[in-house]
Amino acid sequence: MTSIMTEANQGLLDRIPQQPVPEDLAEDYATTGYPFTRDAKMKMRNVNVFYGEKQAIYNVSMDISKKEVLAMIGPSGCGKSTFLRSLNRMNDTVEGCRVEGDFSLDSDNIYDPKMDVIELRARVGMVFQKPNPFPKSIYDNVAYGPKLLGVYNHRSELDELITVSLQRAGLWDEVKDRLHQPGTGLSGGQQQRLCIARCIAVSPEVILMDEPCSALDPIATARIEELIGELAENYTIAIVTHSMQQAARVSNRTAYFHLGKLIEINDTNKVFTAPEHELTEAYITGRFG
Amino acid sequence: MTDKKNISELVAAGLAKRYRREKMFRFWGILSIVFSVLCLVVLFTDIITKGSGAFQQTYIQIDITYDPDILELYDPLDGKQFALANFDGVIRQSLQQRFPDVQGRRDKRELKKLVSLDAAFVVAERLKDQPSLLGKSESLWVLADDDIDTYYKSLDDREGPFTGRTTEKTQGWVQELVDRGEIELRFNREFFVRGDSREPELAGIWGAVKGSFFTLLVTLVLSFPIGVAAALYLEEFAPKNKWTDLIEVNINNLAAVPSIIFGLLGLAIFINFFQMPRSVPLLGGLVLTLMTLPTIIISSRAAIKAVPPSIREAAWGIGASPMQVALHHVLPLAMPGMLTGSIIGMAQALGETAPLLMIGMVAFIVDTPSSITDPATVLPVQIFLWSDSPERAFVEKTSAAIMVLLGFLIIMNTLAVWLRKRLEKRW
Ligand SMILES: Nc1ncnc2c1ncn2[C@@H]1O[C@H](COP(=O)(O)OP(=O)(O)OP(=O)(O)O)[C@@H](O)[C@H]1O
Ligand SMILES: [Mg+2]
Repeated sequence: MTSIMTEANQGLLDRIPQQPVPEDLAEDYATTGYPFTRDAKMKMRNVNVFYGEKQAIYNVSMDISKKEVLAMIGPSGCGKSTFLRSLNRMNDTVEGCRVEGDFSLDSDNIYDPKMDVIELRARVGMVFQKPNPFPKSIYDNVAYGPKLLGVYNHRSELDELITVSLQRAGLWDEVKDRLHQPGTGLSGGQQQRLCIARCIAVSPEVILMDEPCSALDPIATARIEELIGELAENYTIAIVTHSMQQAARVSNRTAYFHLGKLIEINDTNKVFTAPEHELTEAYITGRFG
Repeated sequence: MTDKKNISELVAAGLAKRYRREKMFRFWGILSIVFSVLCLVVLFTDIITKGSGAFQQTYIQIDITYDPDILELYDPLDGKQFALANFDGVIRQSLQQRFPDVQGRRDKRELKKLVSLDAAFVVAERLKDQPSLLGKSESLWVLADDDIDTYYKSLDDREGPFTGRTTEKTQGWVQELVDRGEIELRFNREFFVRGDSREPELAGIWGAVKGSFFTLLVTLVLSFPIGVAAALYLEEFAPKNKWTDLIEVNINNLAAVPSIIFGLLGLAIFINFFQMPRSVPLLGGLVLTLMTLPTIIISSRAAIKAVPPSIREAAWGIGASPMQVALHHVLPLAMPGMLTGSIIGMAQALGETAPLLMIGMVAFIVDTPSSITDPATVLPVQIFLWSDSPERAFVEKTSAAIMVLLGFLIIMNTLAVWLRKRLEKRW
C-alpha cells in the first residue's frame, strides 16, 4: 500500500488548508486526523442518524473542502451510505430515518425547514451505486433536471446544456448520434456516465457518489475514475467506495468509518501509508472488511 | 477415490426413480391441462351448436295486396287514418289467398300465426315509404313466427323435427311453403339491432349490449381514476402505520366479498337513501364500481410496487418532489399493469349478474337505452332472463347471447394482453 498515490493526486493535496478543531463539538468527539478545513464547502457538526431506535451514525463532525475529492471507506454496514445520503437529505424519503446535527452548505443550513429540497438536491447532486437511468431517451434523461428546475429559456439553450453535460461526463462522442434512443440501451459504464451527466446538468456544487463503480468492469471503472479527476476541477466530490485503490487514486482526503463512527480522516496519502488510528490500519491492511 | 465412486453409484441408483417422478409430475400437469381444455371444448361446442341457429331466422314470402278497402285507408298521407289502418287484415287476406282451402275461424287464426306480429309493421313501413303502393300488390319476405322458426330449423334433425306447439295442419302448410320455396333462413339482423321482446323472433341483444356499454362506461370512469389515485396514495405517500394497515386489510377483504352484497348495499344506499331511479346504467355502474374498486386498487398497487426503487431515487436525487416522482416516473411505468388490472376488473364487471338483479336491472325492457339514465338491462342479466323464458326459441337466443358476451370478454382480455405488450417498454 505504499506507492499507489499518483503524482497528480499529490499535487491536489496542497489545495486543502487545514483548520484547527472548532469548539462547538460534542464532548466525546474522537476523530483522528484533520477533519476541518479552512475552505469548507460543507460543514457537518455532531451528526447522529437513527433508523427507528437503531443508531447508524454517532457524533460525526467534519468538513468537506471546496473542490476536493473526499473518499469514504469502511467495512460494510458502517454507515457510509447513511452519512452520504444525509448530506442532500435523501434520507428524508426513508421511512423511520431521523437525522440530528448541523449541516451547512456554504452558509445555508441544509436541514432548515425553509430549505427547499429541490434546490438543495440540485446543488448537491447524487450518483448511485447501480446506474439508474430513467426509461427514457438519453436526451430526456439529461434534460429531466433542467426541465424540473426550468433553468433554461429556450430549446436551444437546453440542447446546449445537454451537449455540455454529456461532454463533461465524457459520453458525448459515444452517444451524439443516438441522443433519442433509450438510455437503458447503453452499457453499464455508459449508463453510469449518463447518470453523472444527468447530475451535472443541473450544475451542482457538490456531487455525492455512492459506490459508483461497484457494478462496473475494470475498464469502465477506469473511465469513471478519470472522469472524477476531471470533474474535481469544477465540483466538490464525496465518494463512497469499497476499493481502497480507487480511494487512493481519486481522492485528496480519505475518511474511515467504523460502526457508525468517523474514526480517522486524513490525507489520502497518509491514510494509506501511515494511518494514525489502529482501526484504520487494521482495515487497510485487510485484517477486516 | 472410493467415496467418490460410491456417491456416483448412489446417484445412478436413484436416477431411475428421479426420472420416474419427473415423468409423473409432467404427466399430471399435462392431464390437468387436457382436462381443462376438454371442459372448454365441451362448453364451447354446446353453446355454439345451441346458439348458432339464433344467427339465422326463418322468413316467409307473402304476396301483399295493399287493398284500400281492407286497410280502410284511402289517403296514406293522412297520419290519423294511417295509424288506424288494418294492416293485419291484408296479411290475413294474403295468407288466405295462398292457402284457399283453409276454412273455419280456428284454422284461419292458426294460419295467421304462420307469420310474426312484426309482419304488420313491415307492411306498414313499406306503405309509409312508398304511398304509391296503395291499391297495388307486391311480394314481401316477412319474419315467421317463433314456433314455425323452431319447427323449420329442426326439420332435418336426426331425431325428427321439434313440433312443440305447432299443429299437424300448420306443419302441412310449412311443408307446402317449403315445396314452393317460399320459406327460407336468412341472416338474423334483427337479433343485433333490437331490444328485448316477448316474441322470440323479435328479441334482440342490442338493448342489453348498450345497457352493458353504459354501465361499464360509468364503472370505468369512476373506478379507474379513484382506484389509481387510491393505489398511488397508499403506495407512494401514505405513512406506514396501523391505519394504512387497516385500510389494506379492508381492501383485500372487500375484493373477496360476494358481489350480491354490493347489490344489497347499492339498494340500501343509492335507491333507498339517495332515491336514485332503479334499473338505470348509472346505478348499475355505481354498484359495479364498488365491486371493481378493490380489484383495481390491488392490481394498481402491485404494478406500482413493481416499479424499481432506483428510478424513484434517481428522480429524488435530481430534486423531483414526491408528486413529480409519482406522476413523471411511477405512474407511466405502472400504467400497463394498472390498465391490464382494470380491464380484467371491467371484464369481471361485464359478466356480473347478481348485484344488478338487486337494483332492478332485471326488469323487462323493450327500448334500447340511449343514455346512462334510461332503464336498461345488461348482457348477463339478459341471458338470465332468456334462459328463464318458456318459449323453445329462447334456448338458442340464450346461447347466442352467451356467445356475444364471451366474444366481448375475449376482446377485452385480448385488449388487456395487447395493451400490456404495447405499453410495456422493455428498455
Ligand atoms: N432503511 C434502513 N432501515 C433500517 N436500517 C438501515 C437502513 N439502511 C441502513 N440501515 C442500517 O444502518 C447501518 C448503516 O448502513 P449503510 O447502508 O449506511 O452502510 P454502508 O456503510 O453503506 O454499507 P455498505 O458498504 O454495505 O453499503 C447498517 O447497520 C444498516 O443495517
Ligand atoms: Mg452503502
